[in-house]
Amino acid sequence: MRFRIEQRPEPSAAMRIAAPVLASILTLIVGSLFFASLGHDPLPTLYAFFVEPLSSMNGLSEWLLKASPLILIACGLAIGFRANVWNIGAEGQFTMGAIAASGIGLFWPNPDSALLLPLMFLAGMAAGMAWAAIPAFLRARMNTNEILVTLMMTYIATLFLSYLVHGPWRDPAGFNYPQTALLPTGALFESFDPAYRLNPSIFITVIAVLVMWLFTDRSFLGYKMSVSGAAPLAARYAGFRESAAVWIGLLAGGAAAGVAGMAEAAGPLGQLSPQISPGYGFAAIIVAFIGRLNAFGIVLGGLLMSLLFLGGEGVQMTLALPSALTRIFQGILLFFLLAADFFIFYRIRVVRPARDAHVLETARVAGD
Amino acid sequence: MELFIAIFTGTIIAATPLIFAALGELVVEKSGVLNLGIEGMMLMGAALAFWAVTAGCSMPVAIVAGALAGAAASLLFGVLALTFLTNQYAAGLALAIFGSGVSAFLGRGFGSVPIEALHRVDIPILSDLPLIGPLLFRFDPLVYLALLMFVAISWFLYRTKAGLILRTIGESPQTSHAIGYPVIRIRYMAVLFGGLMAGLAGAYLSVAYTPLWVENMTAGKGWIALALVVFATWRPLRVLLGAWLFGGMTILQLQGQALGLQVPSELLSALPYLATIVVLLLISRNRQMLALHFPASLAKPFRPAG
Repeated sequence: MRFRIEQRPEPSAAMRIAAPVLASILTLIVGSLFFASLGHDPLPTLYAFFVEPLSSMNGLSEWLLKASPLILIACGLAIGFRANVWNIGAEGQFTMGAIAASGIGLFWPNPDSALLLPLMFLAGMAAGMAWAAIPAFLRARMNTNEILVTLMMTYIATLFLSYLVHGPWRDPAGFNYPQTALLPTGALFESFDPAYRLNPSIFITVIAVLVMWLFTDRSFLGYKMSVSGAAPLAARYAGFRESAAVWIGLLAGGAAAGVAGMAEAAGPLGQLSPQISPGYGFAAIIVAFIGRLNAFGIVLGGLLMSLLFLGGEGVQMTLALPSALTRIFQGILLFFLLAADFFIFYRIRVVRPARDAHVLETARVAGD
Repeated sequence: MELFIAIFTGTIIAATPLIFAALGELVVEKSGVLNLGIEGMMLMGAALAFWAVTAGCSMPVAIVAGALAGAAASLLFGVLALTFLTNQYAAGLALAIFGSGVSAFLGRGFGSVPIEALHRVDIPILSDLPLIGPLLFRFDPLVYLALLMFVAISWFLYRTKAGLILRTIGESPQTSHAIGYPVIRIRYMAVLFGGLMAGLAGAYLSVAYTPLWVENMTAGKGWIALALVVFATWRPLRVLLGAWLFGGMTILQLQGQALGLQVPSELLSALPYLATIVVLLLISRNRQMLALHFPASLAKPFRPAG
């Protein structure tokens, strides 16, 4: 008996939905083996990683709190990915958004102004877009590879943040720690409940998901962007310029990441320090793929990814396992997902031994 | 004179990991495959080589272990990109994230263990020559290996039949398949070779250049190597020149900090990244030159019909 890979006559709709589920299950299996090899009983460890974080009110609040920036950024990035515009520098755009928003929050003359949060929102969005506009300009006008430029811009943004918190923005009353002063109360989102950290900025994400859905599924421009990604030549014949897709794709990602940075600074962080993101910008790329570049898929992907972050923190504390596990799981999940996608378009067929095939062939010839 | 020697030798040394990684990626891309995961493979190589040294292995064994770790990591990418025909951008990114996680996990135990760096070679007579000796003949063996790899890869790509086949596959896998070349198998070999070279680059960082292990110690060098291949418009000699340019940038940045220049250290640290953007910008404007050497099937999944 032999196996043969053949193309499906039509992409399988069932596999399209089953692939992420299959990938998640395979990731769990590999994770269990991995824990077992480390000498940890797999089931309790998996429980500590994936269930325990969700078994308390605080855990649920943290789950949504972390899912929010992931989903928000992934929505922005997916708009670009659909058009084959590869913004992988959301981490930098996130950082610039957080810097700009905190700058307004720290230095606005009237810290009690009701306009403070809206201003910070706009500043964060503008900074994220500006940081993404540079690679957009270079790609649209100079044909420069946006993958590399967005990534280099991320390193530069991180260094810029480090410069600010070590230098001009360092809190004079902060015992020389590299961090800014705390943002004033008026520059912070008030939590729903003082006991937990979840705050109304999650509504921004909800709105972003709806906007993303309207754009990709209900607008002509969104449709043109998708055509531009799937069939660039066709899009060009139809009069849609590639540079338009580049600008829209990168600016959408930059805006989303900038706003996510603002919400993080004005939410759980409350101040700037050299480390403001556990890698949301990179993880959001995976979220976008798990979500099939589709608004509601991204919501599920973001919830799953957030759970990976939470679980990683959890086992770090309870079982003293390193937090690098989160990145390993992220990588494995994406590997499996990409591999599972193959079966949307292809299937494995069992091939009968050559002798049988010969017999069949003869029979058919005889039948003719 | 002292300063000149320091800058010159420092440049050559700092360029060495970039030469390994970028030449490896050049071969991969010439076969029509784009592996964005260099950063991950380098980190795996760095972590494993360092671990081997702390476990008491000899230097050559440790370096080979690093190279093999890179190759093993590249196999993950290869299976996804070549067998499962996934989007190569996504598969490469997954490898970059995965490699950074695995290396951080492996390296959690050896935070600040000091190790003895790879020794430089001492060539009788040559190393003792005035000026020429310190300039050219007092490097560690991997520096010479990197140059040797440059010669070997240039020769392979442009002077051998196998190299011609590899480049043909990169231009048109359909045609190559029709002629009867095993496209997928050759691409697998190219990907593995790229992984080997990236692992070597990582090993160089952790056992010769730094020599210590820090989480994410490659600090973007894998991505800069990718940029170098574009900058070099897929030609080996330009990869070498580009690597030296970036090596020089790194050394000037270190020297600038040592001389106490009145600029923030973060600005100096940002120089290599800024320089990457600038050189990409300059080279990309010339579309004709890019198109001339660009492997036409780059990053396009290929599956033989039937």
